[in-house]
Amino acid sequence: MKLNSLKKMLLTSTLVLGMGMGAATAETLKFAFQGTLKSLDPYSLNETFTLGTLGNVYEGLTRRDGDLNIEPALATSWEVLEPTRWRFHLRQGVKFHQGGDFNADDVIFSAERVRAEGSDLTTRIPADAKFVKVDDYTVDVVLTSPNPILHYEWETWVMLDKEWTEANDSVAVTSASDDSASAISLETNGTGPFMISSHDTGVSTTFVPNADWWDSASHNLTSAVFTTIGSDATRVAALLSGELDMVYPVPVQDLKRVSDNATTTALTGPELRTIFLGMDQMRDELLYSNIKGKNPFKDVRVRKAFYQAIDIEAIKLKIMRNLSTPSAIMISPFLFSKSGDFQRFPYDIEASKSLLAEAGYPEGFEVGMDCPNDRYVNDEAICQAVTGMLAKVGIKVNLNAQPKSKYFAKVLASNGYDTSFYLLGWTPGSLDSWNVLTNLHGCRDETGAGGPFNLGGYCNPEVDALSAKILTENDPAVRDDLIAQAFKMTTDEVSHIPLHQQGLAWGVSNDVELKQRADNVFSLRYVTKN
Amino acid sequence: MLAFMIRRIIQSIIVMFVVALISFLLFRFVGDPVNQMVGIETTPEQREALRDKLGLNDPVIMQFFGFIKGAAQFDFGVSYQFKRPVAQMIAERAPATLELSLMSAIFALLVGIPMGVYTGLKRNSILSKFFLTVSLVGISLPTFLIGILLIYIFAVQLQVLPSFGRGEVVDIGFWSTGLLTVSGLKALILPSITLGLFQMTLIMRLVRAEMLEVMRTDYIKFARARGLSRTAINFGHALKNTLVPVITITGLQLGSVIAFAIITETVFSWPGMGLLFLHSVQNVDIPIMAAYLMLIGFLFVMINLIVDLLYVAVDPRIRVSGVSQ
Repeated sequence: MKLNSLKKMLLTSTLVLGMGMGAATAETLKFAFQGTLKSLDPYSLNETFTLGTLGNVYEGLTRRDGDLNIEPALATSWEVLEPTRWRFHLRQGVKFHQGGDFNADDVIFSAERVRAEGSDLTTRIPADAKFVKVDDYTVDVVLTSPNPILHYEWETWVMLDKEWTEANDSVAVTSASDDSASAISLETNGTGPFMISSHDTGVSTTFVPNADWWDSASHNLTSAVFTTIGSDATRVAALLSGELDMVYPVPVQDLKRVSDNATTTALTGPELRTIFLGMDQMRDELLYSNIKGKNPFKDVRVRKAFYQAIDIEAIKLKIMRNLSTPSAIMISPFLFSKSGDFQRFPYDIEASKSLLAEAGYPEGFEVGMDCPNDRYVNDEAICQAVTGMLAKVGIKVNLNAQPKSKYFAKVLASNGYDTSFYLLGWTPGSLDSWNVLTNLHGCRDETGAGGPFNLGGYCNPEVDALSAKILTENDPAVRDDLIAQAFKMTTDEVSHIPLHQQGLAWGVSNDVELKQRADNVFSLRYVTKN
Repeated sequence: MLAFMIRRIIQSIIVMFVVALISFLLFRFVGDPVNQMVGIETTPEQREALRDKLGLNDPVIMQFFGFIKGAAQFDFGVSYQFKRPVAQMIAERAPATLELSLMSAIFALLVGIPMGVYTGLKRNSILSKFFLTVSLVGISLPTFLIGILLIYIFAVQLQVLPSFGRGEVVDIGFWSTGLLTVSGLKALILPSITLGLFQMTLIMRLVRAEMLEVMRTDYIKFARARGLSRTAINFGHALKNTLVPVITITGLQLGSVIAFAIITETVFSWPGMGLLFLHSVQNVDIPIMAAYLMLIGFLFVMINLIVDLLYVAVDPRIRVSGVSQ
């Protein structure tokens, strides 16, 4: 029944669209990504690809454009009435794909559902924020403390239809531990520019345009087919042979082939993810080292010596094939206005050696390093290069590179941060520095409370105090000053060794125009195909 | 006979049990499923709660018997990643793998047997030497390399065959088939060759060896002496007698073709069970891994069981000793 009505609706909408476009030919975009689109429930997995792809179907109150600027979506405007009270004016006349009207009740319902048990997106809204319905198209958000970045992550907190979700037994979030699939994990009902017409779990998904979309469509697609192709070589081959119009990611070693090919282009750009090295500064004795009774990483000179031993330009040139941007701080320069004030410690083997000697390790020492081998661009190769570079200053690194499933199981909180020296990558979900300062730099205890992804356990109470201020400071200029102060402290103390922002690499057919977002989200609404 | 069958079946059940046990122990070393199920910002408390809910904190022995209990009722649980019943997912993917395996077996037979006959009859011709060299390549090159090579030649350079996927499929009841559409058939060509190349080589060498053997026997000489035509001797008498071992080997190999379709499916992004399994290994989706391993174990046990029973039917000596014990 339900499915039938959906099909009918899709059919009519394609008909309407077909008529509207007159004799235009069907433009089907075929694209592939290395991973799979899992559950269709937009609250069950906090992962860029899943959320970004579902973002073609569902919409939040705000959205981000091709350059990541926040723009109105289902809210037409908003204002901060007082520091702890925000007012959102909702767009009127918006309909969900399956017919329901969008109004304030849906916002309040979505706000509750996204914070309910099983949701993986609970961080989108502060737990104690209250959503108050003023009228059908106005919602107030009441906070317990000021929060200037309240709406930064709301593109991926998407609006659901309360009536439909309730009628389809989908109120509970499809959680990772559920043993039966609810309607919302198998079909979609959003307000966005596209609808999902078929979804073959783990294989392919077909999108068709929503003719009743509130915004004017700038794409010219009549459908888009997504396929998962895990094998790098096959993904690239399918693009080169013209079977696919767009694939991502393209391995760096294949970029030249893609750009040399007459009918395809390699689109590259810096990604927001920062790749860095971390060191255990918390334990009194390292788990994996020949130095017993003390922890050399507690000494800032040792951390700096490691930093200066790394030839970042060589990594950029040889391993990343120029597709990386060496980084001086732990956040992408796109996301922090004052990042230009920071500079890397220079690569200097002699300085590194003398720092080690000063710290009491003139002969160096041994340390174990943990590294993923299938998570980031050329992650294992970077670790091997670091191993070689550190050998020049007398540090013997015992590298343990593993698949991500094993790597994360070892080094994260669930296993008691079982690492001495590691490589990790981080993109702040909110695209804001506060996320980086708390998650990666906040003082933590053994269980991770305070700074859950601060694997090395760096701790500076002053940084924590600053980050608490940053959280509630509403004035952007003052806020950026505070952030700069905090980063100054962490970089001076070498809390981590930032390496680079890895590059985005998309392969695109010359027939297709699109926008490449720096957060690696592929928005179908910008695509035109000739 | 009956006692023999019952004993064999009991043995098979024990083998399945051991397969389950070993695969279950292996899952302890594949990593943490919870990390693959949630985003990186999920707090340690939430992760721990999830672990509890999934039963990952229960003693291994409890988890194991829970799994056995479900498996005995063909209930393999729900995929961690996709939140769908595993049995259903595998059933959806099975047609793709079975069609691919069948096509590759047909390819191996149709190409392997004539090549074997030819090389057996004309041992010293240039073409025979060429075939033998090609067969060496088939044996020594790894499957994924052959697949990528074929993709490079036929999809990227010549652009005549698709590089991935099944093409258009037609649903007939629960079975989705690619055999009824042009794009479906075209999509089958490269993966079938990739998967079947090794079997083809095997069959060719087997037929060649058997042919060489048979051609030396007296009845072939007598047939020649009687003035039978060359075709009648080669194909009517010689080939027929070489086929018994070929059929046995093909039957036994069918199991491994299905089980080892994993690599071919990965290279061609072929949406079969093998690809599902590989993804589940990367994502530590234990329910899928467990079900797949059990299925493959079952497949091999069944094949061996059938072979054993056939031997009994064919060879009376086994029957007698079976009864006497």
